[in-house]
Amino acid sequence: MAQISNTYSGKIVCLDKANVDTDQIIPKQFLKSIKKTGLGPFLFDSWRYEDEGYLGKEASKRKLKNDFVLNNKAFSDANILVAKENFGCGSSREHAVWALKDFGITTIIASSFGDIFFNNCFKNGILAIQISKSNLDKIFSKQSVTKPLEISVDLVNQKIFYEKLFEENFEIDPYRKKCLIEGLDEIGYSLKYENEINKYEQKLRKERSWVINE
Amino acid sequence: MAKRTLYDKIWDDHFVTSRDDGSDLMYVDRHLVHEVTSPQAFEGLRENNLKPRRVSSILATPDHNVPTTSRDNNVDGIEDSTSKLQVMTLDENCNEFGINQFRLDDMRQGIVHVIGPEQGLTLPGMTIVCGDSHTSTHGAFGSLAMGIGTSEVEHVLATQCLVTKKQKNMLINIEGAIENGVTAKDITMFIIGKIGTAGGTGHVIEYSGDAIRSLSMEGRMTLCNMAIEAGARAGMVAPDEKTFAYVKNRPMAPKGDLFDKALKYWKSLPSDEGAKFDEIFNFKSEDILPQVTWGTSPEMVVSIEDEIPHTSDKNVLSALNYMGLKPGTKIKEIELDQIFIGSCTNSRIEDLRAASEILKDNKISKRIKKAIVVPGSGLVKKQAEEEGLDKIFIEAGFEWRDAGCSMCLGMNPDQLNQLERCASTSNRNFEGRQGYKGRTHLVSPAMAALASLEGKFSDIRDL
Repeated sequence: MAQISNTYSGKIVCLDKANVDTDQIIPKQFLKSIKKTGLGPFLFDSWRYEDEGYLGKEASKRKLKNDFVLNNKAFSDANILVAKENFGCGSSREHAVWALKDFGITTIIASSFGDIFFNNCFKNGILAIQISKSNLDKIFSKQSVTKPLEISVDLVNQKIFYEKLFEENFEIDPYRKKCLIEGLDEIGYSLKYENEINKYEQKLRKERSWVINE
Repeated sequence: MAKRTLYDKIWDDHFVTSRDDGSDLMYVDRHLVHEVTSPQAFEGLRENNLKPRRVSSILATPDHNVPTTSRDNNVDGIEDSTSKLQVMTLDENCNEFGINQFRLDDMRQGIVHVIGPEQGLTLPGMTIVCGDSHTSTHGAFGSLAMGIGTSEVEHVLATQCLVTKKQKNMLINIEGAIENGVTAKDITMFIIGKIGTAGGTGHVIEYSGDAIRSLSMEGRMTLCNMAIEAGARAGMVAPDEKTFAYVKNRPMAPKGDLFDKALKYWKSLPSDEGAKFDEIFNFKSEDILPQVTWGTSPEMVVSIEDEIPHTSDKNVLSALNYMGLKPGTKIKEIELDQIFIGSCTNSRIEDLRAASEILKDNKISKRIKKAIVVPGSGLVKKQAEEEGLDKIFIEAGFEWRDAGCSMCLGMNPDQLNQLERCASTSNRNFEGRQGYKGRTHLVSPAMAALASLEGKFSDIRDL
């Protein structure tokens, strides 16, 4: 599990669309990869490029769509993605998170997220922050197309600061926070409870033996 | 004892322990695996020198990348080299770890969410996971079934547990007899239209009411399949006599005394009278007409009698621009290029029967460039052929294909061409889902079949 800093600042890029599904974040043809890396060039592929992409297609030779925000050079080093409600809904494909991470996104801020996507973010060291719709609207109303604005994140105290406009506390499950801060090996952590799992299985063999279809 | 919901009961019976970081370990009874979301998980196991904890809990099959036109050359028949590598990687991983796989040349191969119930692997009261969001399908049996990411697939393989927190309970109750021609697909799309694609986020949905009870097991699978399209990781229907009759004698279901013991347990599962739900929706069957989506999100849906709504919302206008449609257009005026009958939502025998009933002694419209029917499994295909349904489809002008996910998401060659418009029995009308710049309208199998004859949408109730 990747570790992230306790406090950090980053440039934001705002994606002004609700209900962005994971099919848009990474289209289906890229799910054929058997690796977790190398998907960044294909992030939002259909929205980013004029042509249809495929795995291994050389990004530098492709024509970019001028009207897509990630193609604006002012945002080329943005690492905080600000989106609208229900970001990452739909397919469970973790490739969506791998693509965002490979592109350089470390943090995603939205007013709500798809459940599976939200979970997948934390498994890959990406902090997904849910903030109030009113503050999200403030960010969108102040965004600039020429000069990226900055957001600071204080993970320990669970606060974000947006320029001088507002600070907001955000909720994060303690286990997700611990994983991000300490960069824990999730499987190793669960295997510390192997005795409890063994005991559960013994009980299962007695009470619901049909589950163990050996 | 406190009154509990179906979800509460399954949760309690699968709770292993709380970790000291505040999360819980939930035991996983069944793990379905396919070629797309598992390679990185198996690689992770190897890197950490781990093995699957309980191999008998796992069933694997290739479904997303597989060709549907011919199986004569087995894996060598997969033309796209990256698709082929993914299917071969699943073969290698299953060999290495001793996992039961229905390979491409196995009659039982098919879409994971079709073959689990078909084999009796899916049983009431179980926890079932798969690296696939439509795992919610299995909730039709009164199980807790949810889609997970690849990191979670690896975690479940290694520990047989999911790190999670208990979600909220939502009840969606639908009373009244369903009108003839209205199907489970219409019910589930109607619900999404009402509560939205984020309506169920953070919840497990239990569907109840006499309209739900009256659905067949196939219908309940269609209903729960699209719970994820309402934002809920899991949807469920309490098990009843229909459920028990369906699972009895399936190859992987318990037999004899063990079945009786299981049955006693399953009967204890339905929500207690007066159990608390965090959120409740009540709908009336009489308000549910055949549904058709018009946009790029499943919540952009109306009935066949309606027109595309007028709006100033720029997200909706952008969706309409993608779809090549305008506000105020009547659904019945929308003309189609392709028809797809299949997917984990609607590829079971009952779906094929419903579609073939419409097609019998008819021909598809000259407007339709291509119409394909893709059975959910090799066994569904076989049964349909025994019933002569293949001949009805073929005589009407449909292509009769082999089992797989096919044009639901077009990871194999079954895709729409640019700007083509499709009436599809699948679950997602997202941009590009069925093909680059392709346009998808979600409907029931009967409505798709009727649309194939007319070349545009028509009301199944007018037949």
